[in-house]
Amino acid sequence: MLLQANEAIARGALEAGVIFAAGYPGNPSSEIIETLAKASRDLPIYVEWSVNEKVALEAATGASFAGCRAICSMKQNGVNVVSDFLTNLSLSGTKGGLVLVSCDDPGGISSTNEEDARAFAPLSDIPLLEPSSPQEALDMARWAFDLSETINNIVMIRSVSRLSHSRSDVQVKDLPDFDVQPYFDTKVSFHTFPIVAKHQARHEKLRMAEELFENSPFNFYRGPSRPELLVIGSGCAVDYAIDAIEIMSLWERVGVLKLGTTWPLPRKLLLENLQKSESILFVEDVDPFIETNVKALAAEAARQVGVKTFHGRGSGDFPLCGELGPSHLLEFFGNYFDLDWKDQEFRNKMGSLTKGKIPPREFGFCPGCPHRGSFYAIKTALAWDDRDGFVSGDIGCYTMGIWPTGFNQVKSVHAMGSGSGIACGYGKLEGFGFDQPVITVCGDSTFFHATIPALVNARFNNADILLVVLDNSATAMTGFQPHPGTGKTAMGQPTQPVDIAALCESMGLEVHVGDPYEMKETARRLYDLMQKQGPRVMVLRRKCALVQGREGGFPYDMHVDQSLCVGEECGCGRYCTRIFRCPGLIWDKEKKKAMIDQVICVGCGICAEICPQGAIKKEAKG
Amino acid sequence: MELNVIITGVGGQGNVLASQVLGNAAVYKGFHVSIGETFGLSQRGGAVMSHVRLFKEPRYSPLIPPNRAHIVVGLEPLETLRIAQDHANPETLFIVNSRPIYPLNVIAGDVDYPDTAWIRQVLEQGGSRLYWLEGTQLAIELGGPIMLNMVMLGALCAIQSFPLETKDIKDILGEIFPQSKLEVNYRALDMGEELISNYEN
Repeated sequence: MLLQANEAIARGALEAGVIFAAGYPGNPSSEIIETLAKASRDLPIYVEWSVNEKVALEAATGASFAGCRAICSMKQNGVNVVSDFLTNLSLSGTKGGLVLVSCDDPGGISSTNEEDARAFAPLSDIPLLEPSSPQEALDMARWAFDLSETINNIVMIRSVSRLSHSRSDVQVKDLPDFDVQPYFDTKVSFHTFPIVAKHQARHEKLRMAEELFENSPFNFYRGPSRPELLVIGSGCAVDYAIDAIEIMSLWERVGVLKLGTTWPLPRKLLLENLQKSESILFVEDVDPFIETNVKALAAEAARQVGVKTFHGRGSGDFPLCGELGPSHLLEFFGNYFDLDWKDQEFRNKMGSLTKGKIPPREFGFCPGCPHRGSFYAIKTALAWDDRDGFVSGDIGCYTMGIWPTGFNQVKSVHAMGSGSGIACGYGKLEGFGFDQPVITVCGDSTFFHATIPALVNARFNNADILLVVLDNSATAMTGFQPHPGTGKTAMGQPTQPVDIAALCESMGLEVHVGDPYEMKETARRLYDLMQKQGPRVMVLRRKCALVQGREGGFPYDMHVDQSLCVGEECGCGRYCTRIFRCPGLIWDKEKKKAMIDQVICVGCGICAEICPQGAIKKEAKG
Repeated sequence: MELNVIITGVGGQGNVLASQVLGNAAVYKGFHVSIGETFGLSQRGGAVMSHVRLFKEPRYSPLIPPNRAHIVVGLEPLETLRIAQDHANPETLFIVNSRPIYPLNVIAGDVDYPDTAWIRQVLEQGGSRLYWLEGTQLAIELGGPIMLNMVMLGALCAIQSFPLETKDIKDILGEIFPQSKLEVNYRALDMGEELISNYEN
């Protein structure tokens, strides 16, 4: 069976008899809950998209306390959100097997940061498992629940983008009968008191885990008995090392100790293997986590294992930041063993042929994306106001407002909901002479996740903030998962939608609702709102273009009347293509006029508004 | 045995689906498969590539090492060139759709899109063989640009050194598409195959 690693984690959880799953969408983790949600159609399990990661883990913990096996998944940023609960939960301990999955994003391929969430394992004193293939992801997920129940504590599995979004053939086992009767035994309780004693018990649980790890099949050594170089690592980085060893025929000279259980480290196993070689190379993403801890271990045991030369991220042999890839390994081995690994001739040949003439592909909103209209209206309103206003941004597709596709309007982006929190600060600076208008934006899913407390704060402290909710009725960036405003749950059940505008009104905020496709009208409303004080909200509502595309499409056939377009002579400075930047509206290099790319244009029609000559035409589709 | 295929293009061209279809068909044929899917920051319009690796023995690594691609299936010319620079070698075979999708920075006039005739020439000289196909045109005739991925998979299956046939792909399409979409996808595969068998330089 060909499974994506995220699907394999979901499968492993099912094979372990999980009946409760919760999470919040985030690349690269989303497919875990999506897979379980799909499975819930045929299996007696419960799956939810929670409002945020903290609530997701809390809900899963409820199931654990009632004796059920539960899983909770998120991306690395989500672990930050759950961390307050997590560091307390690991003191109280758990009952039914409880597993937290963090899918980290080395290189920040689809994130606002690069972060190694493994740090939360030692911080919370919980066991950490790191799969390096879809098969191992499945096997580890299944076993993690046994481990959790053996030590009565939560277990963390950590994947990375490259693994989560890889697919491979895997062997599956049968599913159990999911026959559980949830029951909270009132003779026991789950809290953190007495704190020091619970802290001590938590360390004892870790010690038990370490003993199990010493003989775990997830750790193994492959290579000669006395390798010239011993590679120690985890995750995909180990696969790249093995690939490089194959390519360079180094199995006689290099050994690999692959670790799947990386906190607590299996110390006996490590000491045994450290004696094999004087040179050690660490391969892992992102931080030198194994490296730092093994170095400390080797220092403690120097008399036993001897003096070592260490290589790795922490030792400066690989970059300290960014994703490790196959070329890092090939390059390291090439230098270390003085072998030629590159096809120099071809690279030179290709380089001389391409002459570096490969332009990058700029990030941008999709054709028909409502965010393009929203940011265009925001840009227009801020320009009318002319007090050097700007946008305090948040997390979602609209983060791209920091780039030309969002007209560079967004000037800060951090964590979920932070755009509004930061705006609360600007909103209290007027007394010190601060006069710049600030618009803060957030998407509908982000609104529920973390913006609400900031809005309550704005109301409470009467901060001058103007929040624009970019409501596209989807958690679009991560693949259109439902959220509290959509009226549908993860399992496809109808539910009472939470109305963003009504919720804001109930807080006593001034609320307006608009359509991002009506750019000029929206700009006027925003301009008016900018001149007011106190907390204000404008909800700009329009379905994500990709969802609209699936649900019936768009109303217009677009074309440019090139007899009306006067090209470079216009004085608009190619406004349509240079500024508006829609992939469907392109520049005809031969005629030096605008034109529609009929393969790309979806027919939303909003660009018809921007041409000073009225050359962009929309016609109702026939 | 190891066969490394890269499918490259732009978000929205059905790249990831094509790699899944290919991977599933290969598993049915008894291969061990590893696919690295690269998703970008945006759902549409960003550069997207998938690494599809077929092995006879169980092996796993989601990324093809530099210069180790045997076949590059390019859904878009510029993205093919980008991949070629890092992943191709003199033995690499290219199957490329000739229709550009212009990046926003090109549309805006910040940078130039390289002349497609030049891209064609570079790929021809850089690898062992280039099939330069009017794939998008054919896809539109079949019902829409989204059919391109199946056209290109059909073309891939017509390559001598590639171990799967269009029949192998057709056999598993039923697991992926609804019944109503099957016929047109079968046709896309067949037409793609014909593009290669009738190819004239």
